[in-house]
Amino acid sequence: MTFLNHLISGVSLGSIYAIIALGYTMVYGIAKMLNFAHGDVIMVGGYMCFCATAYLGWPAWMGVVLAVVVCTALGVVIERLAYKPLRMAPALAVLITAIGVSYFLQNAALLIWSSNPKSFTSIISGEPIPLFGGRLSISRITIVAVLACVVIMAALSLFTGKTKMGTAMRAVSEDKGAAQLMGINVNTTISVTFAIGSGLAAIAGVLLCSAYPTLMPTTGAMPGIKAFTAAVFGGIGSIPGAFLGGVLLGLIETFSKAYISTQLSDAIVFAVLIVVLLVKPDGLLGKHVSEKV
Amino acid sequence: MPMLEVTELGISFGGLRAVDELSMKIEQGGLVGLIGPNGAGKTTVFNMLTGVYRPTDGGIRLDGENLIGKKPNEICRMGVARTFQNIRLFPNLPVLDNVKTGLHNQITYSLFESLTHFGGYRKKERAMDERALDILKVFDLDGMASYQAANLPYGKQRKLEIARALATDPKLLLLDEPAAGMNPNETAELMETIQLVRKKFGVTILLIEHDMKLVSGICEYLYVLNFGRLLAEGTPGEVLKNPEVVTAYLGE
Repeated sequence: MTFLNHLISGVSLGSIYAIIALGYTMVYGIAKMLNFAHGDVIMVGGYMCFCATAYLGWPAWMGVVLAVVVCTALGVVIERLAYKPLRMAPALAVLITAIGVSYFLQNAALLIWSSNPKSFTSIISGEPIPLFGGRLSISRITIVAVLACVVIMAALSLFTGKTKMGTAMRAVSEDKGAAQLMGINVNTTISVTFAIGSGLAAIAGVLLCSAYPTLMPTTGAMPGIKAFTAAVFGGIGSIPGAFLGGVLLGLIETFSKAYISTQLSDAIVFAVLIVVLLVKPDGLLGKHVSEKV
Repeated sequence: MPMLEVTELGISFGGLRAVDELSMKIEQGGLVGLIGPNGAGKTTVFNMLTGVYRPTDGGIRLDGENLIGKKPNEICRMGVARTFQNIRLFPNLPVLDNVKTGLHNQITYSLFESLTHFGGYRKKERAMDERALDILKVFDLDGMASYQAANLPYGKQRKLEIARALATDPKLLLLDEPAAGMNPNETAELMETIQLVRKKFGVTILLIEHDMKLVSGICEYLYVLNFGRLLAEGTPGEVLKNPEVVTAYLGE
């Protein structure tokens, strides 16, 4: 039964990683850049929901809406101000800018909310649901996180696969210049990508803080890096890959904490990533592209 | 009024004058060739016409409307579409989706509609699929609609590029070396395709080509570029007899 309990908390954590990883992978897949500030957008989402519920006394669902709206706008603004001017710059310049944006967001949060951890009230109240006559329990936030993750993944797959904007996104991801010459507005397409990615980050932030209720300016940093690892693990740029990578990463982390060592759990997570990349350099579901010579 | 009017067009890259004082006029419905030796500046002209490069001097007008300073996607909306010398399809997208990218501005629905599926969203998506398939049919590619573009044979990729460009519903179609890398049979087939496209879609065509047989076979009028300047213009018969043109191509 303890095994099943660990499995449940692993899937719960993994679903949150997966939602963050989906945002990472969307932005990478389409704009071809690693948005290292993604983790800090999560933190902003957490604070927005916290402010709405704790200071303004809004109901939880309005807190979630506020978090999503603010983060979506923040994502678009970050892209316009920090990344768009570097569209033609080498990838390294964009990467370093993203790290700069990440520090900027963390320090802005430090100024506004100070470094004292805030205790976040879960958006879902209620006792855990007992299973098997109380021998096993499953918290409500776990159910919400898993459902949210599956719904988001399905919606994103449909959106990129079936809609006109999705087709434009895939075209931009393959060849920005040719896409623009087919009448696609590349700037709008990339803005929409960032909006979606950051909106997802907000949802992930609220879920993360509900499951692990301390909120600090650095709250988003580690989950951000883990989710990036998850995205690479599953094959960066691939939507099902991000989902799979996130869930697996959550499971590995939880099981190593439970059965091996709490301190070593992060080391084990990254060691697994290294092994996977040695065997399958494109990630679990990544497509191997062989260069034509 | 000519459909496309290019006046004293010029562009410099640093100290290099890639195109200088180029003037061209293309009438509605025309099929015109732009020829010249390698490095003459032909593709640069296409890049200026489509807004990829901004010319340093001169003017470009399409049906009287100025194109200079407009973005490539805006120029595409105004009715100029192109293909590329080295094929630039979206290689990992299915053939059908490649054409649908061209339809991006033809069928519009709001983000709200796509999220809620209200307001005829499904109907519009279906209309887009049908339109894309119709265009593919003209090129005999409809049977391969679900293939990845990268998996098509070379000649079909060239055709798919033309199909994708036509999906943007252009007035003016720019073809950059459509016969490059084709064998004589494929070239002959391509000539038929170009004629068919012109009739069926009512587009005006400007094409860059090295294959003299193709150029003299289908073009009504030719412009010859050499070192970025206009060397000669006229009907294929006149131009190909012009001693300066022969020298530029074959040397003294």
